[in-house]
Amino acid sequence: MNNRIYSLSLAVGFKALLAGFILLLSLSGIPGAVAQVDTFEFDSEEQQQRFRKLSNEFRCPMCQNTNLTGSSGGVAEDLRREIHRMIQDGLSDAEIEQFMFERYGDFIFYRPRLRAETVLLWFGPPVFLFVGGFVAFGISRRAKKLSEENTELDGEQQARLKELLDNKV
Amino acid sequence: MNKLKFYIPVISFFALALQLWRGLYLDPKELPSMLIDKPMPGFQLSTVAGTEVENDDLPDQIFLLNVWGSYCLPCLIEHPTLMRLSEEGEIPVVGVNYRDRQALALDWLADNGNPFAFSILDEDGRFGIDLGVYGAPETYLVDENGVIRFRHVSVLDERVWEEEFVPAIAELRGQRSSDE
Repeated sequence: MNNRIYSLSLAVGFKALLAGFILLLSLSGIPGAVAQVDTFEFDSEEQQQRFRKLSNEFRCPMCQNTNLTGSSGGVAEDLRREIHRMIQDGLSDAEIEQFMFERYGDFIFYRPRLRAETVLLWFGPPVFLFVGGFVAFGISRRAKKLSEENTELDGEQQARLKELLDNKV
Repeated sequence: MNKLKFYIPVISFFALALQLWRGLYLDPKELPSMLIDKPMPGFQLSTVAGTEVENDDLPDQIFLLNVWGSYCLPCLIEHPTLMRLSEEGEIPVVGVNYRDRQALALDWLADNGNPFAFSILDEDGRFGIDLGVYGAPETYLVDENGVIRFRHVSVLDERVWEEEFVPAIAELRGQRSSDE
C-alpha cells in the first residue's frame, strides 16, 4: 500500500519536473523560436501581415545573421518602428524596400535585388548547372557512340596485335 | 582548334578558382555605406547642448562626423584620438549622439571631455537610420560641400587615423588642387 502511494507521488513529481523543464526551455530563447515583442498597433490584419512579412525579410544590419523580427539590436528596433510608421503612412512594400536599400544597400535583403552587381548571384548557379549538364551530356553521348561503333579488329590489326604480343620487347 | 577546346575548361577552372580563392579573403561582415559620394541627409535637430542645428551649421571644411553614445565602451577607446584631433585643430569633429539620453550624454562629455564642435542629438535613432548607421562607433569623413566621402565602422584610433583617414583626406585635398 505504502509502496503504491510512493510510486504514485514519484510519477507526479516526475511529471512536474518535466513540465518545469519544458517551461524553462521555452523561456530560455531557443534560436528560431524567438521574436522580439513590440506593441505596434495596426488598422487592419492585412497591415499586420505586411509588417510581419517585411520584418522577416529584412536582415538586421547589426546582428548579421538575424532578421529584424528576431533581433534585439537597437537598430533593428528602430527599423521595425520605421516599417510600422511607413505602413501606417500608406507606403507600399516596394517603397519600404527602396527606403531600406537607400540606407543599407543589398545587405539588408535576405533576397538581394536583381541588379548589375547581383546578376552573378542570381544566375550564376543555373548557368553553371546548364554548362555542366551540357558537358556531361556531350561526354555520355560520345561514350555511347564509341561503344556502338564496330570495335572488332580487322585482319591486318589482328596480325599486328599478334606480332606485338609475340615479340615481348 | 582541338587544342583550344582542351584549354577552355582548364582556363575556366582556374578563373573560377581564382575568384573563389579571392572570395575567401572578403569580409562578409563588411557593410559598405550607401551614402559614399552622396550629400549628408537633411536634418533639423537639437544638439546635446540644446541648440537647434541643421545642415547649414556644419563646418564648411572637411570634417569628421562621429557616431557615439554614453553607453558605448569602444567610444572611450577612440575618445583620446578624437580629443587630440580636435584640440590640435587637425580636423573639426561633429558628433551624432546615437540612441542615447541627453542627460547621460551631457554627463559623459563632462566626465571625459568634449571633442565635438557640437553633437546632434538623435535619441530615437531616426537620423542614424538616414545615415545608414548600425551601431556606435562609426565615423564619416564629410567634405566642405557636405558630401560624405568615407566611412569607418568601429574604433577610430591613431592607427586607423594614420592608415585610413589621412590618405583619404590627402586624396580629397589632391582632387581639389587639381580642379583649380
